[in-house]
Amino acid sequence: MRPALKELRREPSRFVAPTAILTLIAVLLMFLGGLLDGLIRNSTGAVNAITADVIVFSDSSQGSFLRSRVEPDIRKEIEQDLDAVVGGLGVTLLGGRIPGNGPRDLANIAVWGYETPIDGVPSPPGAGMGWGDERLQADGVEIGDEILLGPSRTPVTIAGWVDNTAYNGQASLWVDVETWRTVLNANRPDAALAEGVFQALAVTVPSTTAGETAADAIVRVVDSGLLVLTVAEARDAIPGVTEQQQTFNQILGVTVLIALVVVALFFALLTVERASLYAVFKALGAGSRTIFGGLITQAIAVTMIATAIAAVAVVVIDAVIPPGSIPLFISPRRILLSAVLLFIAAAAGCGFSLRRVLRVDPATALGGSS
Amino acid sequence: MITSSPALEMNEVRKVYSVAETEVVALADASLTVAQDEIVALVGPSGSGKTTLCSIAGGILSPSEGTVTVGGEDITGYDRRRLTRFRRERVGFVFQSVNLVPFLNARENLLIVDEFGRRERREAKLRADRLLEELGLSDRAANLPGQLSGGQRQRVAIGRALMNQPSLVMFDEPTSSLDTELGSQVMELIRTEMKSRGTSAIVVTHDDRITHFCDRTVGIVDGVLAA
Repeated sequence: MRPALKELRREPSRFVAPTAILTLIAVLLMFLGGLLDGLIRNSTGAVNAITADVIVFSDSSQGSFLRSRVEPDIRKEIEQDLDAVVGGLGVTLLGGRIPGNGPRDLANIAVWGYETPIDGVPSPPGAGMGWGDERLQADGVEIGDEILLGPSRTPVTIAGWVDNTAYNGQASLWVDVETWRTVLNANRPDAALAEGVFQALAVTVPSTTAGETAADAIVRVVDSGLLVLTVAEARDAIPGVTEQQQTFNQILGVTVLIALVVVALFFALLTVERASLYAVFKALGAGSRTIFGGLITQAIAVTMIATAIAAVAVVVIDAVIPPGSIPLFISPRRILLSAVLLFIAAAAGCGFSLRRVLRVDPATALGGSS
Repeated sequence: MITSSPALEMNEVRKVYSVAETEVVALADASLTVAQDEIVALVGPSGSGKTTLCSIAGGILSPSEGTVTVGGEDITGYDRRRLTRFRRERVGFVFQSVNLVPFLNARENLLIVDEFGRRERREAKLRADRLLEELGLSDRAANLPGQLSGGQRQRVAIGRALMNQPSLVMFDEPTSSLDTELGSQVMELIRTEMKSRGTSAIVVTHDDRITHFCDRTVGIVDGVLAA
């Protein structure tokens, strides 16, 4: 292994090309992964923050808050029969006019009414007030500003900021259910809801019978008309989320495959070039495992350098890009995941050289044929 | 390594290659004994079987028939893995084109033998330094092969062959790329180093001018040995 690392140190020019290509691939992998994370975060942050065992929708809603209606009698049934903690939920997507930004400068806002605990969001601040998602700051909104929501220009004042609660690509505004119902009924009369009716219910069941999930318990109590989803299922049911994930994951998969091919080609060429030296190594008593171990060491070292450069590059890109301009979210988890994928690709790419290493004949070291 | 057995005993060794549907006899019933401390010159024209004999004696190839014993160790039936270990621990090679590792310095070229094997790093370093000193290369220990002269590279290759304290060292055309004067110096060095250690050697050559540095000359033509 040590001679392999010494070669890297003493003949770095040999490894510049694969390192450069792998660095670009690593940047692409991390950047695309960051975009995927950013998009998913922007679409799902609010749902992810809902603290409950399950979310109950009406059965024809396909998990969409905007299509769902849950009547008060169902809520009562769940509360009484399961002794469950139930909170009403609703969301309305509207344009909001920001003071000082001109009459046509609208910010896209998801107005949430909530009774249930939301992770990172304090209790509702009071009638006509709301907690704004930090993304609104990019639109010039400040604490204390009054946003005029929808065509009816229903006023809601920003009481403070919360983080990572975007929904469907829009900044959330968290208000009490009365304020939300006022905003909804004033601006979306087609979707108006009567008192006590919610789009969905966040339900936490304190105790279920053995082997029964919270969803099973709710279905047992309310035998029809409901769609019960876990928070993760509700997140995936948001339109476009699964499609975005699948599309990006396919692009990321192809990128990893390209990395594998780059490593495979480079080390295959290196092995061909080194055949005579490897024959000498074998004649001196080196096993194929030792020689192949050297190749793997070099591939991992090259990938490590490429990954480190790429990690710094994407962090810098993330810092330089103005907040809110593109949905990029660079996290240590994404960088680590990209690095692991590249290391696997590098090791697998090296695997293509194994057969060639095994076939190197030490006899060619003698007789001048090498 | 000093043992009471001969450094090499080859009895009725045959090596046959199958080429297409034809059998080519590279070595025909060769019997050769190399005593301890003995240096044997193996002389013959190209394609005569010198390299095949050397490869079998050094554990690179296995014989088709016959027995091979090196320093008392019968290697005839060894599989590839055992032959690799045998080469690592019991024999040394100096290749025709020297074949030093270009990105390792002189000292590291010696230590690479230890890297392939048991990794007695501390002892190996001491042995490498001692060998370099004995070969007059102490001041060149940190030089890469590209920074060494042809003779110095040849001496490094000899040092590498001696790193594992072998019973037998195979020299493959050690003077082929050197002029007469340098060739004589290298052969003198080989003789001195082998004799001072009591190590046996087979020197493959087709250069009659260097055979007098050896204790004995064995000829080979068309795979047949002639004493």
